[in-house]
Amino acid sequence: MSTVRAPTPLLRRLWLSTDARRLAACVAGGLVLAVMTGPEGSGTAPTSGFTGSLGNSRVIGFVVFGVVLWLLMTARQRYGTEIRAVSDRLSAAPRRLLPDKRVRGVFYLVLLGIAIGYPTVLNGFWQEVLVDQIGVYVLLALGLNVVVGYAGLLDLGYIAFYAIGAYSAAYWTGALPVHPLFHLNAFYAIPLAVLAAMLAGVILGAPTLRLRGDYLAIVTLGFGEIIEIVANNLQGVTGGAQGVIGIPHFSIHFLGVVYHWGLGSLPYYYLLLGFIVVVLIAFHFLENSRVGRAWVAIREDEVAAESSGINVLKYKVMAFAIGASTSGLAGMVEASKIGFVEPGDFTVQLSILILVLVIFGGMGSLPGAVIGAAVLQFLPQYLRVHPLFGFQQQDLYLYLGAILVVMMIFRPVGVFPSRRRKRELGLAEHGVGSADAMESTTGPIS
Amino acid sequence: MVPTATASDPIVQVEAITLRFGGLTSLSDVSLTQQRGEILAVIGPNGAGKTSLFNCLTGVYHPQEGNITFHDDHGKSVEIVGPKPRFAGLGGKSHVRNHGRKPHQVNRAGIARTFQTSRLFNALTAFENVKIGVESRMHTGPIGAMLRLPRTRHEDRESDARASELLEFVGLRERANDIASSLPYGDRRRLEIARALGTSPQLLLLDEPAAGTNPAEKNELVRLIRKVNDERGVSVLLIEHDMGLVMTLADRIVVLNFGQVIASGVPAEVQQNPAVIEAYLGAPDPEDAYDTSGPAEDGPEK
Repeated sequence: MSTVRAPTPLLRRLWLSTDARRLAACVAGGLVLAVMTGPEGSGTAPTSGFTGSLGNSRVIGFVVFGVVLWLLMTARQRYGTEIRAVSDRLSAAPRRLLPDKRVRGVFYLVLLGIAIGYPTVLNGFWQEVLVDQIGVYVLLALGLNVVVGYAGLLDLGYIAFYAIGAYSAAYWTGALPVHPLFHLNAFYAIPLAVLAAMLAGVILGAPTLRLRGDYLAIVTLGFGEIIEIVANNLQGVTGGAQGVIGIPHFSIHFLGVVYHWGLGSLPYYYLLLGFIVVVLIAFHFLENSRVGRAWVAIREDEVAAESSGINVLKYKVMAFAIGASTSGLAGMVEASKIGFVEPGDFTVQLSILILVLVIFGGMGSLPGAVIGAAVLQFLPQYLRVHPLFGFQQQDLYLYLGAILVVMMIFRPVGVFPSRRRKRELGLAEHGVGSADAMESTTGPIS
Repeated sequence: MVPTATASDPIVQVEAITLRFGGLTSLSDVSLTQQRGEILAVIGPNGAGKTSLFNCLTGVYHPQEGNITFHDDHGKSVEIVGPKPRFAGLGGKSHVRNHGRKPHQVNRAGIARTFQTSRLFNALTAFENVKIGVESRMHTGPIGAMLRLPRTRHEDRESDARASELLEFVGLRERANDIASSLPYGDRRRLEIARALGTSPQLLLLDEPAAGTNPAEKNELVRLIRKVNDERGVSVLLIEHDMGLVMTLADRIVVLNFGQVIASGVPAEVQQNPAVIEAYLGAPDPEDAYDTSGPAEDGPEK
């Protein structure tokens, strides 16, 4: 093609420059984003989707976004190692600043104090967001973190256990068309809901966790769909597509202590906070125990784990069951809080959303799961009500998808990665120490 | 180390096992017996079926015919592979006539192994690697772990002590907090042995422990294997290409070729055996002679 000359040398030079081409791509990406999130076209004015978004002043924001993206990419290319050094130092900062166990303990207590005190000054909307959007999803992310982060199993039907927890709540309190032998106070149904979710986890896990990687993801995806479809269609048992109402709020009558959770969000918030703190402590112990190390071993090298005496299937089922019961607990609390369940709350999209929360925060990291879930669940709500941004709810997954793509490229370990996970990913990237890398040094297998 | 009594006290008995992959017969009618306390070496050209034999012994492959029985130190016999017909209905495979134990069950029975290409938990420290091996003999469950019960803490301390002791034993005490992938090759080999010893085996299977090591590392490995055998009373079954190492270490040698046992005996006998010499084409060092020949086998082993 050397005989074909470019129309003008300048354009040709620009075309040959990677930076210019990348800038063009970034700005084009920004424009596509503007069209996608802008107004819709209609039959009478099919191009209004384009004119309405490109001819509008909001397009400036997206062009700026494209340029900023380009600057970031270029900076990363030029100063990649320096940036990485700084980000590594930043992510190691908490550990450096809080080296003493006692100092760390005080730090956590202060955080807990803020978590207890701050919501009281919020208005009703934010208190509700704290429960429905943040608290419940933090609990869900913590549970999925055990499955995905600790044991390394990809579960795409995680919301199914949440559904089982919610429907258990409805069943034991007599809200479903089918009635149990005796009705329970919602509070005492919690263990039963957790147990039901755990059993579902074991029943699904025991036969399917023999599968590896992709196959397991497909099976769990199918399971999630089955639960949703059953909930939709088993009219006589689940109340069908419109769901069931009348799940009572929690209440305690025990040894003279009487308390009733009402319509307000704050009591539920404190209940959830209590659960989250307990789960955090329990999972922290779990992570640094024999069980946690067995999971790491399985994640790293299943064959070596097996021949070190670890019953791989047992530990995988265990992770699955623990994750499922946490999910069931979240479902139970949410069902009692809002008072109804409907199959529309248990779509595959939600399973994916929780997975995104875990990946964003950093797989296998407890602070990561909490912060990831809290930040990603808080942001859309904030942007939605903020007068400047006017974020649209239906664009949520668009942004989440973009965040996920960007995260996987620039920081695959998540915002707050666990040290082990980070090391594993680092090793995998460099191919150091993997069994394949050793192959060449030992010659053919005897 | 030569068995003091000629009276038979086998630790493992392999009886007429045959292993096939489709039309390919990897092991045919292989029998061997290892005495308790013995260092037994399995040698043979590439593709002779040595690693297949190891994989049968550790439950990775289940041979179609034959038995493998392990006799532990407490007089209990464990059938690793035996003709126990499974229920042929729901999910049972009627064509599998032999029933085999799973790798973790074999390990629990008292057989630990290392791999030809070392398979450590690379992102973990040397200490954690050994500790995982030690802990597979503990009992803490998820509930105990989440509540950090007194028993859990007790077991944790116990396994810490055992892991430290084992690292000391293999000479890696200074390396305890190093990441496994950062260790030099010889250290990785020794760490793998420490992890295997962590599961308190009575029989240790070493798959080419000296492969890829330099002469100094090799000498240290020989000393370590001797020490494992002498001080810990662990029987050792090893596959090795390095004839020098085999001749100095092994009490007895079994020679495999084309999936069959062609000779067995003390090193001096085996060296003189015409069938063995023929198998190795008379070359004094089989590694030179057979470096590139022989069908590549055991693909699934990776």
